Amino acid sequence: MVPQDPNIAIKQPNELAPGMSGLTEDWSSDQRAFKNVSWGKAMMWIFLLSDTFIFSSFLIGYMTVRMSTAVDWPPVSEVFSLSFGGDPIPLILIAIMTFILITSSGTMVLAVNYGYRKDRKKTALLLLITALLGASFVGMQVFEWTKLIVEEGVRPWANPMGASQFGSVFFMVTGFHGFHVSVGVLFLLLIARKVWRGDYDTGKKGFFTSQKGRYEIVETMGLYWHFVDLVWVFIFAFFYLW
Amino acid sequence: MAHAEGQQHPLGVYIKVWILLFVLSAFSYLVDYMHVQGYLRWTLILIFMFLKAGFIMAVFMHIKWERLALSLAILVPPTVLLVFIVIMSIEADYTFITRGIFFGTGT
Repeated sequence: MVPQDPNIAIKQPNELAPGMSGLTEDWSSDQRAFKNVSWGKAMMWIFLLSDTFIFSSFLIGYMTVRMSTAVDWPPVSEVFSLSFGGDPIPLILIAIMTFILITSSGTMVLAVNYGYRKDRKKTALLLLITALLGASFVGMQVFEWTKLIVEEGVRPWANPMGASQFGSVFFMVTGFHGFHVSVGVLFLLLIARKVWRGDYDTGKKGFFTSQKGRYEIVETMGLYWHFVDLVWVFIFAFFYLW
Repeated sequence: MAHAEGQQHPLGVYIKVWILLFVLSAFSYLVDYMHVQGYLRWTLILIFMFLKAGFIMAVFMHIKWERLALSLAILVPPTVLLVFIVIMSIEADYTFITRGIFFGTGT
């Protein structure tokens, strides 16, 4: 395998032309179009772009079934209400989940920042907090699914509240998103461990790639994590609020 | 501008956007809580959604600081989804009307 040279760009980043002329220069140049971006980060972006199309297809599918059903859509705000002893508060669990995910996006961005400052302990700690917030998000989702399946009797093919497409859309969209969060938590823990051990300071080689890792992986991980948050913004708006 | 050592920016920018995201989320939740209905509801939901998505992508995902070659490669392809949305809403309308005629419900 040819070793990756991070300085393969002939021009230094500060010599690159800005704006539109930079765009044409970058795309018409030799070897690589993304000049100051490593292959790892560019590949993460391309993966996220493909994931955008997957989630968009789900949401467009949801739009199609919701527009075409002749039966009333279940009252989402009431279905996802929760009572803490008093009157049920509409959508409260979903609101809490939204705030948890935003909080975790904030701790992630701080982790990226401290990573580039090579502050090993703060980075690891912030990654760990992000993972814990992500795990609690998944936990709440499990609670929500259980409530809907056991108490409300929602199934992918039918539900007692209205249009039967509700269940299939709900399980498909939130399930796929929850899976993304779960995978994110696993990778966050993995990277937090590596940061804590100081792998990116000592240049220890990864067991899978046999390459030296850099603190940049924290930013690449951050891109994925923010994307998961981004998808939730759309799910929250279109599925829960619409 | 971004440089060789990666995306390093002052913490203040992140904190401000972070707070803004909380406020925007609270607003979009309030849209439901205050029972805003009809076109106003949909407009508000969409405004808050696009603002949140924009801030997350621009600042948290650093697109604001990336070179145009990368940011356009990310942002332009998803615009074809608009075509997909139009096609599927035409299709959904057709299905809805057909169901109305066939089942005698709806229109």
